[in-house]
Amino acid sequence: MDQVAAVASWTLLLGGSFFLLTGSLGMVRLPDVFTRMHAGGMTDTMGAGMILVGMAVYNGADLVTVRLLLILAFLWFTSPIATHAVAKAALSGGLDPYTLEGGHAAAADDSTGPHGGDAAGTEGGATS
Amino acid sequence: MNRAVWLWGILFAIWVVLSWHFTPLLIVFGLATCTIAVWVGVRMGTVDRESVPVHLIPGALLYVPWLVWEIFKSNVRVARIILAPRLRVDPSIVHFRASQKTDLGRFIYANSITLTPGTVTTGIVADDFEVHAIVQSEIDGSEENDMNRRVTALEGEAA
Repeated sequence: MDQVAAVASWTLLLGGSFFLLTGSLGMVRLPDVFTRMHAGGMTDTMGAGMILVGMAVYNGADLVTVRLLLILAFLWFTSPIATHAVAKAALSGGLDPYTLEGGHAAAADDSTGPHGGDAAGTEGGATS
Repeated sequence: MNRAVWLWGILFAIWVVLSWHFTPLLIVFGLATCTIAVWVGVRMGTVDRESVPVHLIPGALLYVPWLVWEIFKSNVRVARIILAPRLRVDPSIVHFRASQKTDLGRFIYANSITLTPGTVTTGIVADDFEVHAIVQSEIDGSEENDMNRRVTALEGEAA
């Protein structure tokens, strides 16, 4: 049983490290802020998740494990809100998302970008 | 009122788990803090179906494991995109309609979309969702519809 827990926890810790590293690599390789958010999402979800669960398994069933899982729950509740805020701020600021056809669009200089016309979604900001 | 009791219980449980000191002084501090917090919440009118969604707990027990599995699968997909020798991204912003009726249901759906790597909700106006996807083809597949259906079932179960 001890062996099983050790193998499981090390597998989870190594898996989490893999997703953290891959997410960091994505931060460098991907072309713009929107695609990089997806890499950031990887470190938030599986990276942090597998490492926290791995630590919980390593620790065994006691109070510290409950606290570790509580950290994970709070992290998974809050991180999508932060990601959404970054995405919405970038769009409201007039940043044109990278696309295959458009490549790196020049920094948007007006409100006619893909998001500028969306009247209800981006109050203010688009014209600044 | 029932929800206020639930909220008090949850808050005090978190207090106990994080503190784990059982001296009379600290227990009294915990009881008082939770009571004041709930009292302020009730007075502000913020203790309702939306802020204390305890009616979702039975459905969430089914939904959360499914969501974790989805998160794992999409993590693997995004990892493959990042680690591929040639970067094959085809990002785009997609609009589609969600079938949830309450703001809480939309909130859960939007957060679930953002939580799965490869898709991020960038805006919601009523039931119109605006989602940025790292690979365009990933968004209108059956997976997002499946998630939509499950969140709608989750919010509807105990409504």
